[in-house]
Amino acid sequence: MSSPKQGILALEDGSIFRGIAFGADATITGECVFNTSMTGYQEIITDPSYFGQIVTMTAPQIGNYGITAEDDESRLPVCAGLVVRELSPIVSNWRGQIGLHDYLLKYGIPGLSEIDTRALTKKLRVEGAMKCCLSTLPISDEEAVRLAKTGRDIKGADYVKEVSAKEPYIWHPDDPKNYNAPFLPVGTTMNAPGIPAKRFRVAAFDFGAKHTIFRKLIRHGFDVQVFPSTYTAEQINEYKPDAVFLSNGPGDPAALPYIHKTVSALLPNYPIFGICLGHQMLTHALGGTTYKLKFGHRGGNQPVKNLETGKVSITAQNHGFATDARSIEKAGGKVTEINLNDGTVEGLRHTSLPVFSVQYHPEAAPGPNDADPLFVDFYKMIEARKAGKI
Amino acid sequence: MPKRTDLQSILIIGAGPIVIGQACEFDYSGTQACKALKEEGYRVILVNSNPATIMTDPEFADVTYIEPLTVPMLEKIIEAEKPSALLPTLGGQTALNLSMELHKAGILQKHGVEMIGAKPEAITKGEDRETFKQAMLKIGLDVARSATVKSMEEARAAAEKLGTFPLIIRPSFTLGGQGGGIAYNKEEFERIVANGIDISPVHEVLVEECLLGWKEYEIEVMRDRKDQCVVICSIENFDPMGVHTGDSITVAPAMTLTDKEYQVMRDASFAVIREIGVETGGSNIQFAVDPVTGRMVVIEMNPRVSRSSALASKATGFPIAKIAAKLAVGYTLDELKNDITRVTPASFEPTIDYVVTKIPRFTFEKFPDADSALTSAMKSVGEAMAIGRTFKESFQKCLRSLETGARGFGGGGGKWGGDELPDDQIIKQKLGTPNAERVYYIRYAFLAGYTVEQIFNITKIDRWFLTQLQEIIQMEQDLKKQTLADIDAFTLRRAKQFGFSDAQLAHILKSDLATVRAHRKKIGVNTTYRLVDTCAAEFEAFTPYYYSSYGDENEILPPKGKRKIMILGGGPNRIGQGIEFDYCCVHASFALREAGFETVMVNSNPETVSTDYDTSDRLYFEPLTLEDVLEIYQQEGCEGAIVQFGGQTPLNLATALKANGVNIIGTSPESIEAAEDRKLFSAILNKTGLKSPAHRTALTEADALAAANEIGFPVLLRPSFVLGGRGMFIVYTEEEFKNVVRQAFDVMPDKPVLIDKFLEDAIELDVDCISDGDTTVIGGMLEHIEFAGVHSGDASMVMPPHTLGKAMLQTVREATKALARELNVIGLMNVQFAIKDNQLYVLEVNPRASRTVPFVAKAIGIPLAKLAAKVMTGAKLKDLGFTREQTPKHWCVKEAVFPFVRFPGATITLSPEMRSTGEVMGLDEDLGIAFAKAQAAAKPGLPTSGNVFLSVKDSDKTRAVELARQLETLGFAIYSTSGTAQHLADNGVKVNRLAKINEGRPTAVDMIKNGQIQLIINTPGGMIPRKDENKIRSAAYAHSVCIMTTITGAQAAVNGIKALLNKKVGVRPIQKYVGNVQLV
Repeated sequence: MSSPKQGILALEDGSIFRGIAFGADATITGECVFNTSMTGYQEIITDPSYFGQIVTMTAPQIGNYGITAEDDESRLPVCAGLVVRELSPIVSNWRGQIGLHDYLLKYGIPGLSEIDTRALTKKLRVEGAMKCCLSTLPISDEEAVRLAKTGRDIKGADYVKEVSAKEPYIWHPDDPKNYNAPFLPVGTTMNAPGIPAKRFRVAAFDFGAKHTIFRKLIRHGFDVQVFPSTYTAEQINEYKPDAVFLSNGPGDPAALPYIHKTVSALLPNYPIFGICLGHQMLTHALGGTTYKLKFGHRGGNQPVKNLETGKVSITAQNHGFATDARSIEKAGGKVTEINLNDGTVEGLRHTSLPVFSVQYHPEAAPGPNDADPLFVDFYKMIEARKAGKI
Repeated sequence: MPKRTDLQSILIIGAGPIVIGQACEFDYSGTQACKALKEEGYRVILVNSNPATIMTDPEFADVTYIEPLTVPMLEKIIEAEKPSALLPTLGGQTALNLSMELHKAGILQKHGVEMIGAKPEAITKGEDRETFKQAMLKIGLDVARSATVKSMEEARAAAEKLGTFPLIIRPSFTLGGQGGGIAYNKEEFERIVANGIDISPVHEVLVEECLLGWKEYEIEVMRDRKDQCVVICSIENFDPMGVHTGDSITVAPAMTLTDKEYQVMRDASFAVIREIGVETGGSNIQFAVDPVTGRMVVIEMNPRVSRSSALASKATGFPIAKIAAKLAVGYTLDELKNDITRVTPASFEPTIDYVVTKIPRFTFEKFPDADSALTSAMKSVGEAMAIGRTFKESFQKCLRSLETGARGFGGGGGKWGGDELPDDQIIKQKLGTPNAERVYYIRYAFLAGYTVEQIFNITKIDRWFLTQLQEIIQMEQDLKKQTLADIDAFTLRRAKQFGFSDAQLAHILKSDLATVRAHRKKIGVNTTYRLVDTCAAEFEAFTPYYYSSYGDENEILPPKGKRKIMILGGGPNRIGQGIEFDYCCVHASFALREAGFETVMVNSNPETVSTDYDTSDRLYFEPLTLEDVLEIYQQEGCEGAIVQFGGQTPLNLATALKANGVNIIGTSPESIEAAEDRKLFSAILNKTGLKSPAHRTALTEADALAAANEIGFPVLLRPSFVLGGRGMFIVYTEEEFKNVVRQAFDVMPDKPVLIDKFLEDAIELDVDCISDGDTTVIGGMLEHIEFAGVHSGDASMVMPPHTLGKAMLQTVREATKALARELNVIGLMNVQFAIKDNQLYVLEVNPRASRTVPFVAKAIGIPLAKLAAKVMTGAKLKDLGFTREQTPKHWCVKEAVFPFVRFPGATITLSPEMRSTGEVMGLDEDLGIAFAKAQAAAKPGLPTSGNVFLSVKDSDKTRAVELARQLETLGFAIYSTSGTAQHLADNGVKVNRLAKINEGRPTAVDMIKNGQIQLIINTPGGMIPRKDENKIRSAAYAHSVCIMTTITGAQAAVNGIKALLNKKVGVRPIQKYVGNVQLV
C-alpha cells in the first residue's frame, strides 16, 4: 500500500483532525462550517458565499459524479478548503468531466478526506463555527493551531469586495457558456412554463452571486445587467432598470455600510428582490440589524414557513448570519417567512414598497427548487408597479 | 390544519399472511398506524388474517378482527363496526386491492365509509399501467415505450412496433411483478406473454421497451393536504434495471446523481404524486436512468406505504407509516414533530451522513428445481440492512448480516470467501445472469484479473460501485501480505472502516477471532457507535438508534441507571424464520420495559417492528454475529441477553456468547444443545420414561444407509442444528435414500445426520409451554390436520386438538412437564409429539420460542412471550398470575401459505422441509367454519359447488371413496384419471374420466385453466410428486384453485365445505374471544 499523503485540520480550540490530503498542496485558514446537502458539492465549492470558509460535507461519499462545467456557480471555486469523509477514486456519471481532486488541484484549493466529519460537525454544532487551519503540507500541530487562532475573523470582514465583479457586464441569454436553459434530461419536459414575452431590465448586484440566480432571472423574463458591489445608486439609475436584484455573497453583512447606503437610496425607486446576503443588505438598508448564528444554516433540507400563506417549503440555505426579527419590524419591514427549525427570519418585505427578500436560495443549485416561484413573484411585482397598482 | 373531527372510527386492513413481495414490513407500518391513530383518539378497527403480527395484538387497535381478507368478510365487519373511514394505504397491495374491490362493489358508499389517504381515482391512476403512462406523458415525464395487450395477436403486433428484443412483459395487477419476465427472443416472448395474460386477474399484460442495464432509483415521497411535499429518502439500486427492486441490492442515499439530476428526479416525484392525486401519505416512485445519455423514465409508483418505505424509515429514522397515518386524518407535516430531534418539525427532508445497504435474502435451496436467475419477478423472502459510514463498510456489514455463510465481501474464508477461483466460464455466466451470489463472483472476477470496465460491460453495475468493491479486494490483498502481530493501528482501523469483520481478518491474517479481537483492542482500534438522527448531526438527537463504525467519537447515550437486558433478533426473514420470532422479540422488549428494565435490541432486518426505534430503549441496527453482538453487550454493560426468541440465528450464537462472558438468561445454552444432541436427548427421554421413534446418528453416508436399513424404511432423514426442516426427507426406499443422503449432510457440514423411524399415518401434535423452573404451564396444544411428516411450519393445525381423547392429552401434558423439568427450561419450550396406535412418541423438543407462540397467544388471549421474558429475568408464573392451562372454547385453525407460484418448476408438496412463508388463523365456534376461514384467508378458499378432481395414492384410495361420496352429496361432480377413477367407479361413485397428461386431452390441467375445476385432491405416491402431478399442482396454484395434498387435509376441506353450506359465517373481534377459555 503506497502510503497516502497526510493532511491536518486544526481548530482554534486546539483540536486536531488528521486525514488524507487531496487537491492542492497548501496551508490555508478560514472559518470551518458544515453543509448537510447530500448532493451538490460542486455547486457548493463554486458558490462565492463560501469565500474564506472551509466546507465540511456531512454526506460521506464525495466526488462520485465528478465535476461538470455547466454545474459551476461561478467562474472559479472560491471556498478556502474542503473536508470530506471519503473521496471517490473515480468519476461515474454521464455528465462528469473531471474528478474533484483534479479540479481542486487546478484551482489551488486543498482538501482533506478520511476525516470523521460527523465528529467535526458535532463539534461545530456544539461549540459554534470556528476558525481553523487546513494544511496538506508538512506542518506541526502547534503551528496549525496557531495559524487557526490568528486567522481572519469572519465577523466584521468585507469578503464581498474580493468576489464581486470588477466591472458591470451583461449576463448574455444566448451565450452557451452561461447554461441558461433549465437542466432536463432528454425526453423530460416537465411542462416548464414559457419565458414571458415582455422582458424587464434588472440591475443585479453581484456580491458574490451564484450564476444560477442569473440563469433563473433570464428564464423568468429578465434581461440581466450585473453590477459590482461598489456601484452607487446614481450609477444604477443611469442604467434605467425596471428593478433591482441583490445577490448572495460571503462574509459579515454588518461590515458593508457602503452597500447598505446604496440599497437605502434605491429603495423608494425600484422593485427590489434580495437573496441571502441581499436579504441582509435589505435588512440593513431598512434600518434593521443582523447577527451571527452559532453554526449557521447550510444544507438543502431547511423547512421555511411562509407566515402569510401558511405553506412550508423545503429550501436550500447557506448563511451564517441572520436578520434580527425585532429590528426589522421596528424599521417598517415585515417578517414573512421563518425557519421552522429555529424560528429565525427567512423572508421579509416592506410594508408599502414593492421590496422583498429571502434568506434562503430560491435558485437552488444545489438544493430543492420549491421556491422557484419567487422569481415569478418578482416579475409580477414589476408588472404591477408598471401598471401603477403599487 | 388540525386533525379531522368528523371522523370517529377508522378501518385499517392489514396485509394478511407473509408472502414473497409482502413481508413483515406491513406489520411494522400497520402497527405504527394503529398506534398513531389511537393516540389521536380515533376508534381503530383492524382486520388481518395473520396472527403472527404485533398489530393484531389486542391492545393495538380498539377492535381487532383476525378474519380472512375477503370482500364478503370485510363487508360483514363494515356492517358491524360502521367505520367512518377506511385507510387503504398501510396494508400493502393486498389492502389496496381489497379497498378498491370494496369501493367498486359499492360497499363503502353504501355504508358511508370514506377512503382516506388515497382516493379510488388516485389508486386506479397509479396502478393501471396505461392510465399511469398517459398521466406521466401529460406532465412532461418520459416513460418506457410500451403497449398494453390482452391477446397474443396484440402482443405480437406490439413487439413488431417496438422493434427490438429484449422486451419486458408485465402482467397487470399482480403482486411483486409476479408472472412477468424478460423475453430475449420470439419463443420466450410467446411463452411469457401467454403465461402473463393467464395469470393477470384482468388478463392483460404490458409489453415494454427493455431498459435492461439502466440505472434504477427510487424516491420515497410524502404529501400532506396543504400540498406540501417532501422526499424522505432516495435509493439507488446496485443491480441495474432487470432485477426486481425487491431482489436488488439497494443503497441509500443515491450515490451517482449530481444535484441537478437528483433535483429533476425530486421535482418529477412531486409532479407524479400530485398528478396521480395521492392526497396525503407516502408514495414510492421508481425511475430508470440511461447511463449513457441520462434519459430518465418513470417506471412506476406505489400510491401507498411499501417495502421501500419501511427501508427508507429505518434508513433515515423518519417514521413514514406513522406520519402517513397522521396526515391521513388531516394533520400537515409542519404540525408534526420529528421524534428524533424533538424540536424540529416533520416538514423537512432527512439528510444522512452514513450509507445504508440492503441486500435481499433468497431461499433457492428450498426450491432446487426452480430457476434461480433474478428477473423482474421478485423471488427473495427477506432482506438485511446495514449502516456504515461508507458504502464499503455498510456493504460488508450487510453481507455478514445475511447469514448465508459469508463473513463479508473481501475474502474472509467460509462460504464465498475462499481464494480458489471458479472456472472463467462460470465467472462469466454468473456475472452475466443476475443471481443471488453475483457479488461473490464479482470478487472472483477481480481476483482473476478482470478490470472494472470488463465487469461493467457484463453486469452494467455502476462503475462507482464496482470500484468500491475493488477497493475492498485491494485492501484484502494488502492485508494478506501482513501478519496480525505487525499490523499497525492505522491499517487495522482502515480495514475496520472498510467493513472487514474480525472473522474475515482472522482468516486473512491466518489468526483466529479471539486473537484478532484482543489485538485490535490492545492497539486501540475500538468500535464506536453513531446515531441515526435524520439530520447529519445538525441537531441534537434524543433517540438511541445506533450503528457501529470506526470513528473518532462514541455517541452511546448515558445509561438511565436501569438494569439492561439485550434481546437478539432474528436477522433477515427466511423460510423457517420469520415474523413469528420478531413478534416474540418485540414482546420481550415490551414486557421487560414494563418490568422496569432498559432493553437493548439488536437486529439487522429493516422490515420488522423490533427495529422500530420506539420498540426498545436502545436499538442497534447491526449484524447478528459474535463480534457485533459481543461488542454491544460489553459497551452497553448489559446484565443479560435473551437468545431464545429470535429463532435459530441467536441460538447459534448462544454458546460462543456465553464463553465470552455473556449472561444468557432463561434456559441455558447447554439445555438448548442437549435437546439437539441425540445422546443427551435419549438420556433425558429414558429418565422421563418417554419414547421416541427408533433413531440413529451417522457421520458418513455409508453409516447413514446402514442405520436406515437397521431401523427399517420409511425413515426420516435430517441434519442436526437447523430450523425449518432444511435438508429433511421422509424416505421410503433404499434407492431414494441414496439419492438424498448427500443433501442432508451438505446442510450442516461436519455435523452428524439423524435417521429416525418414520411413523406413518401418525397424528402429530405441537405443544407450547412456559416454565419458570418450578411451574410449567401449557400454553397450547395444536393438533396437525395432516399426518406426521409435514413440517410443523407447513402443517394445518387445530387448537384445541380435535381428535385426541382426554386421556391422551393428559399423557401429553405430563410428558411436556417432565421434559421442561428435565431440561431446566426457564422460558418457552415447544415439543412435537406423534401419536400412533395410542402410543405417544416425542419427535422433537425445542427449549425456545417456537413459530406457534403468537398463534397460541392469540388463541388463549395470554401474551406468552411477554410472560416468558419476565420469567427469564426471575419472575415466577405464580406472581404473574399464570399457573393454569387454558384451552379455548372456540376453534382456532392455522393454515400455511406457500410461495410456489413464484418458483415455476418447483416441486409442490408438503414434506418435512418447510416451504411456507406465512400463516393465517381461522377462528370460529364451529370447526368446519374455522377451517373454511383459514382456507379463505390463505387463499383461494374452499368452493361450495362445482367440480372436484380426485387423484390419490393407493393407500388413500379407500378413504378417497368416502370423500367422493360426501362431495357428491354436497353437489360436486367428480373428475378423475385411470387408477383412482376405476377405484371410485368400482365403488359406485359417478366419476368423469380425464386423460392423464401426455395421454390425450382434455386433462385436468386443461380443465383447471378453463376454470372448470374448483377443488383438487391429489396425494403423492412417493417421496416427491411425479412430474404430471406437479403440473396439476402448479396449474392449481397459478389459477388459484383450492388444492389438498393430503387425505386428512381433504377430509377437513370437505367438513369445511359442509359447514359453509349449512351454517352461517360470522365475524367476531378477538377482544370478544377474551375469556372464552376453559381452565384445565
